[in-house]
Amino acid sequence: MSHLLREHAPITEAGWSLIDEEARERMTPALAARKLVDFDGPHDWEHSATNLGRAQSLADQPGGGIEATQRRVLPLVELRAPFAVARAELRDADRGAEDVDFAALDQAAHRIAVAENRAVFHGWGTAGIVGIAESSTHDPIPLGEDCSRYPRHVAKAVEALLGAGIDGPYGLALGPDAHTRVLETGEHGGYPLLEHLRKILGGPLVWAPGVQGAVLLSMRGGDFLFDCGEDFSVGYDNHDADAVHLYLEESFSFRAVTPEAAVWLTP
Amino acid sequence: MGFDQYHEPAAELPEETRTFARLCASLTEEAEAIGWYEQRMALERDRDARAIMRDAQGEEFKHFCMDLEFLMRRTPLWREIAQGILFQEGDIVEHGEEAEEEALEGAASRGAPLASGVSLGIGSLRGADS
Repeated sequence: MSHLLREHAPITEAGWSLIDEEARERMTPALAARKLVDFDGPHDWEHSATNLGRAQSLADQPGGGIEATQRRVLPLVELRAPFAVARAELRDADRGAEDVDFAALDQAAHRIAVAENRAVFHGWGTAGIVGIAESSTHDPIPLGEDCSRYPRHVAKAVEALLGAGIDGPYGLALGPDAHTRVLETGEHGGYPLLEHLRKILGGPLVWAPGVQGAVLLSMRGGDFLFDCGEDFSVGYDNHDADAVHLYLEESFSFRAVTPEAAVWLTP
Repeated sequence: MGFDQYHEPAAELPEETRTFARLCASLTEEAEAIGWYEQRMALERDRDARAIMRDAQGEEFKHFCMDLEFLMRRTPLWREIAQGILFQEGDIVEHGEEAEEEALEGAASRGAPLASGVSLGIGSLRGADS
């Protein structure tokens, strides 16, 4: 039996399909990190740590001509976003309703996607994750609100990476405010700013809820490593007469192994 | 050049099913290439030419295995059956029958979907529309 305990939920096979599909659809647009960094896995729920390939000497040596070291690993974090689905809605879904109320699921999907983005781009100190923005060795570039200057800022960030010998293509994770401004803006002559920025990058520009400002990074590979244990899954917690209580869950670790391969464009 | 790896209208298929179908087609092509090199090496009399073909066939082994691993990661039932057959000593057919029976019964008793795992199967989104 899987630890997700799905078979204990009072949900039909068709209901589970709807829930999984809804979660997948709602989460995918917001998962900016997965569109830009290297993804390893999914492994499984039992995958607990990422091998760092390093060892540290122990203060308490056994003596007798024995030298002891201990391997260093990065433990995976587990994210869980609880939500509830009304049993009446699930019954209607089984009748063929196409407007099933999954509002709580939609909110949970967004919350957990944002949490993943935050961990990858801005770090999570207590979990041992250093984010891409904070790890960057380049001076941050203020992005500001003047969209007409965005191509200049992005080009400057690309130049910084090229100067450090970091090849492209480059991707840009844009926080929601900056992303909205970019979408709304046409440059002189009507050329969309979005297309101009994509030409500078040579890679994707993604909507990244949870990101402050924007983060430009190389996508040549090997620089930013997402280690996925259990990929996003929906599990069962409990139910009563009115609702089924479920959760979205994943486990992962993240490492920025080439800090000079990214530039943070601050808000 | 067609898109005949799809048995159903491609536009109606979910993206993950299209990816699955592409990898199935790739798996088939790698297996065919392995067979072709085997035939060529059986007839080739030039030692150097045979060595090159053997090296090339090794590449196809690798590609085949990578395709297979990808497909099985996406299909837990396939993986479970494969675990009962691959790298086992003894009667292959017997192992096959037993592995299939155990995997299907196990999946049914768990109420698990047979075609895929319980994960949402999102994985990497590199290359997805931004």
